[in-house]
Amino acid sequence: MKIAVCIKQVPTREWHPRLDDTGTWIREGDASYELNEPDAYALEEALRLRERHGGEVVVCSAGPARVQQVLREALARGADRAVHVDAEWLGRADAFVVADALHEALQGEQFDLILTGLQSDDQGHAQMGVVLAERLGVPHSTIIMQVEIADGRLRAKRELEAGWFQWVTMPLPALITIQSGINQLRYATLKGIMAAKKKEIRQVSPAAAPQPRQEIVALAAPSRSKQTAMLSGSPGEIAVELVRRLSDEARAL
Amino acid sequence: MIGVLLEHDGSRVSRASWEAVAAAQQLAQGSAPLACVVLGHGLDAVAADAAAAGVGPVHVVDDPALALYSPDAYVTGVRAAIDALKPDLVVMAHTYQARDFAPALAARVGAPLVSDVIGVRRDGDAIVLRRPMFQGKLVADVKPVGAKPAFMACQIGAFRADALARGTSPGAVQRVAVDFGPTPSRQVPEAPFREAKQAVDLGQAERIVAVGRGIKAQEHMAVAQDLAAAMGAELAASRPICDNGWLPMDRQVGSSGQTVAPKLYVALGVSGAIQHLVGMKGSRTIVAINKDPDAPIFEVADYGIVGDLFEIVPALIAELKKR
Repeated sequence: MKIAVCIKQVPTREWHPRLDDTGTWIREGDASYELNEPDAYALEEALRLRERHGGEVVVCSAGPARVQQVLREALARGADRAVHVDAEWLGRADAFVVADALHEALQGEQFDLILTGLQSDDQGHAQMGVVLAERLGVPHSTIIMQVEIADGRLRAKRELEAGWFQWVTMPLPALITIQSGINQLRYATLKGIMAAKKKEIRQVSPAAAPQPRQEIVALAAPSRSKQTAMLSGSPGEIAVELVRRLSDEARAL
Repeated sequence: MIGVLLEHDGSRVSRASWEAVAAAQQLAQGSAPLACVVLGHGLDAVAADAAAAGVGPVHVVDDPALALYSPDAYVTGVRAAIDALKPDLVVMAHTYQARDFAPALAARVGAPLVSDVIGVRRDGDAIVLRRPMFQGKLVADVKPVGAKPAFMACQIGAFRADALARGTSPGAVQRVAVDFGPTPSRQVPEAPFREAKQAVDLGQAERIVAVGRGIKAQEHMAVAQDLAAAMGAELAASRPICDNGWLPMDRQVGSSGQTVAPKLYVALGVSGAIQHLVGMKGSRTIVAINKDPDAPIFEVADYGIVGDLFEIVPALIAELKKR
């Protein structure tokens, strides 16, 4: 089975946002980056499917030169090869732009299954995978917590809200978006890291920057919806103050 | 004209969908007409519930192909309603169902979709939609670009269903005829199910101590357990903790777990991803302890402590034991 996994490089959880001079985007140069967490689960699921069914796992990412870091990491975890759709403007691209860029690079490959995370931890549109499925003309399902493949068909367990689930069956080729927690992640071994150095990263240059579907007119820190009383001092002082306020002010104890 | 897609449980329109109607009314400002669209099979009760609000006509796509949700059939059904109504904007709730079909619909129509919307305003002829980015560390004002209708999906809980302006006369119910063809959907859905009976009803808890990634390791869960015991609270967690198996799934708070509104909610090392916030922001008093001063959890907290939970929580337990 030939499996593609679309991954994204996003700012780390510890990153403190700073805006660029336009006030409509972040200072990308200031950020440190990591693999988007749901995509890590998608990659792990692809590696497990390869273990069960054989075949090949190809990781794909659309972004500036820096995204090679997460492609190398995915290769070190066990992906067979990588595709990098390389353009500076992909750093701030919306879901449609990314889907179009990936579609252009992947359409000749004839994948049986395409996996990606349910959403990215940066822009968080939760759209790219489904739009890519539309572009490729394959059926999709989203927020998947279990995958079974037999007789050219995919049976996937969709997570619904509030503890509900639903199984959905569709023919291959298909695309699914993976929910975090579907499996236990593996990390790269030293052997994997060494092997990754010899694996291929195919560079693709997209034709031109397509029209974005969303124009960011302003970006800012969120305004607080509540008056938050920030308590400070030594741990002991904070504990005394918090317990006093929770019992006297909030009457919550 | 603004179209609003309403989700339902087979008899009543969901609360999240009424919130979407409230957002649509805010954008319409009384001038643009509103039309509701419901999809499913056997929709008389749902259509009556939607019509009773008097917010506009109710267009019903009722077909056996829609008895169980599938994305292909929903795209076909909503597209038929759009072709009939020709709205400038289509509003819905950002539910798991919307995440599943709306991007496909927008791709097929060639129109933009703005998801997770928490605020709306007009700027002349354009609309400006506010949405969180970077895990809620920033908020963006965005303008949809491209063909009409623009699609927008409202974050659950961001708009107030009780702010809805109800009409005096019920909306007219009209059927939309749709040909689903011989294969309505490539995806064949099975009936939804619940994994296991939830052993814990966190919704009944007066106090909750919730643990997030900041707890770092399973052996540290005991600290949170001790605090819960000292407060007379139930122990709960954000999704990553339950994914790791450090607490059972039925103690998860958030969009994929339980929704709670206790008297006191103490968040230990919970960053406050929106999926968690939607499950707890209705709590009466919220305490957040986190080492990251930018953590979005502080936006909903009444009391915030920036610091090391492993120093603060033991002090807190000691102080509570003095009482």
